[in-house]
Amino acid sequence: MTVEQFVFLVFAVITLGAALMVVTDRKVIHSALWLILSLFGVAGLYVLLNAGFFAVVQVVVYIGAIAILFIFAAMLTRKAMEDVGPQVNPGWPAAALIGGVVFVALAWMLSHWGQFMALPPAFADDTPTLTQLGVALVSPDAYVIPFEIASVLLVAAMVGALYAAWGKKK
Amino acid sequence: MIPLSWYLILAAALFSIGLYGVLARKNAVAILMGVELMLNAVNINLVAFWRYLDVDTVAGQAFALMVFAVAAAEVAVGLALFIALYRRRGTVVADEIDLMKW
Repeated sequence: MTVEQFVFLVFAVITLGAALMVVTDRKVIHSALWLILSLFGVAGLYVLLNAGFFAVVQVVVYIGAIAILFIFAAMLTRKAMEDVGPQVNPGWPAAALIGGVVFVALAWMLSHWGQFMALPPAFADDTPTLTQLGVALVSPDAYVIPFEIASVLLVAAMVGALYAAWGKKK
Repeated sequence: MIPLSWYLILAAALFSIGLYGVLARKNAVAILMGVELMLNAVNINLVAFWRYLDVDTVAGQAFALMVFAVAAAEVAVGLALFIALYRRRGTVVADEIDLMKW
């Protein structure tokens, strides 16, 4: 086993273990903290995939913004659940079964695909990936329309979130 | 050298865990956390496919970036809805949010 594979396994165990705690921990606030650890594991995987920019975006956007939003929401709605009583639906064994079936089906389907065991092509450290991505995002030949639509979506989401969370006017 | 299969299996496992969270949890905020795990699994797949099969173009990275934007928008709107709901009806239990159920 090479060092790279060992590092991958470490990050994989962190990601999956923390994800399991996210869905099983009784307290929502603890789930939010486990979610941060899981997102850190995914950021490490991006580094292994030579996508350093995505590791940074993962930390800034997911951990810095989304996870903090979850913590705020968990604290603002604390009294509703009180963290007592069952935190899962009565039908949770069925949910676990569906999750397991989906995993087995995905693994079976992928293992019959020709490129399943593909090895990564050589990657020069000075490949201008980030430059290519930046140009592609604003180039009319590539992804400028999805990029602009994503901006509009974010503005719409911000306005909608403000409108929804605004206090009731008496 | 890590084969592509390792990343795909990891992403499949992460997706299934998120799916279980979405289906089983009672708290609406925890359900959104499950959705986030599923979106992360998708992003791992997109970046892994870019690295292993399509390293010369940036299609996989561009799509992963769109997923980031959609995830941020989804969380902002979803959590705002749950906070508004909590204010008006005092609950975030998904079972009790049945106002529009016929």
